Amino acid sequence: MHRADARLKFILVVGFILSVSLLPRESFLALGIAWSALVGVSFLARLGPVRMVRGSFVALPFVFAALPLVFTREGDPIGTVDFGLFSLTASWEGVRLVATIMLKSWVSVQAATLLVFSTTFHDLVHGLERLRLPKLMVAVISLMYRYLAVLTGEAQRMMRARQARSAELPGAKRVSTAWRAKVVGHMVGSLFIRSYERSERIYLAMQARGYTGQLVSHRVRPMLRAEWATLFAVAATLVSFELAAHAWMPHA
Amino acid sequence: MTMLSSRPETAAAATPGAPLLEIEGLHFAYPDGFQALKGINLRVHAGEKLALIGPNGAGKSTFMLHLNGIHFPARGTVRVGGLAVERKNAGRIRAAVGLVFQDPDDQLFSPTVYDDVAFGPLHMGIPAAEIDDRVRRALEAVGLAGFEKRLPHHMSLGQRKRAALATVLSMDPSILVLDEPSAGLDPRGRRELINLLLELPQTMIVSTHDMRLVRDVFPRTVIMDGGEIVADGPTQELLQDADLLERHGLELP
Repeated sequence: MHRADARLKFILVVGFILSVSLLPRESFLALGIAWSALVGVSFLARLGPVRMVRGSFVALPFVFAALPLVFTREGDPIGTVDFGLFSLTASWEGVRLVATIMLKSWVSVQAATLLVFSTTFHDLVHGLERLRLPKLMVAVISLMYRYLAVLTGEAQRMMRARQARSAELPGAKRVSTAWRAKVVGHMVGSLFIRSYERSERIYLAMQARGYTGQLVSHRVRPMLRAEWATLFAVAATLVSFELAAHAWMPHA
Repeated sequence: MTMLSSRPETAAAATPGAPLLEIEGLHFAYPDGFQALKGINLRVHAGEKLALIGPNGAGKSTFMLHLNGIHFPARGTVRVGGLAVERKNAGRIRAAVGLVFQDPDDQLFSPTVYDDVAFGPLHMGIPAAEIDDRVRRALEAVGLAGFEKRLPHHMSLGQRKRAALATVLSMDPSILVLDEPSAGLDPRGRRELINLLLELPQTMIVSTHDMRLVRDVFPRTVIMDGGEIVADGPTQELLQDADLLERHGLELP
């Protein structure tokens, strides 16, 4: 799992997510099977489901965007929340729809988590490159990864410098929140300018080594026969799984 | 040291005895009108190691950007191995002159050390089969053998500085132009750098504020101030002239 080609893993994960999201509404059994498959793979990869599930919580806040559907979907009412000026009525259909959306996204995120845990960032970026993703996009992703650490370091140093001078004397009036907000605003601004200037220097450093606006990529290792076989086997499984789910869920 | 200097085409272009680097009447002004270089004349022969010193804002960095075809002369000429630094020659100039910037975080922009060291050779069109070998040799030369898979942000400043040097050594340049290579290094990192600079066979132009580095590595020193070269001679002589050093905001080692 860790050694498999990043391209293969990427295609499979995207395929998996696609099939999960195409499952008919309320196909909870199918989602359960899909999730068990993921758990199985996580054991094969010696990661275990605990890390996979824990890693998936990063996406939790986004899932809540689906919550209003509980109230906006028409169907058998469960209850009404009265806000005085207006009231909201929840429906069973809404609840089931939201449950489907939440489960689908949760399972999908876990698949992505598995990919990230079992692949180094470097391999993933190269995999994307070999999948013929636009070079510029790959370059942006890899630069972002490289400079995320540099930028957080810079931001942390600025915060520390501010903290070190944020003295308070007993009895003195506390500075206003508005003023402090302004300071933070300035910090964000100067972080932006510093990053901008850094980008100029990076561009010079690239130019100095022969970059002329055309990114050159490294040679490509052909996919092994076993990897092709895996790709088609899993793809076939996903398609039949999808067909079966749709066949057993006539109401969708 | 297996790394050989002087790429064939630059070596062929230079007639024997002629300077490898020849700068005549170089002027440069920034778009805002600031006159950064006011008539630089300099000749450097193959194998020379030259320190470029002077106060901040003297024009050292601007000057160095001219040696690699990042800036082009507004007036005057810069020739590398007989080849004029002009827009149409930029590619060949950049292959002959390795420029390393001060902050390794600017120089190392790829996810792994390997990618970064391979960047230059890849853009020079070196055959893929040769690239691994070039990367390995360059990392070996700077004492970072086996660092291919490492991530720059997990390395010490000294290691990153040396990796930055490897990113141009892999291009096999005949001239190395380094901007403050010892800035921010601890004593051990500095010592390792000094040994490395002494070992490398390339012609070198190194800007620095580190006067002990100047004394220990470079037989020749050039002092710049206000966009001009104000002194050029054997390091030993210049470093004895306390008046001269003080006039240009420098100090004895």
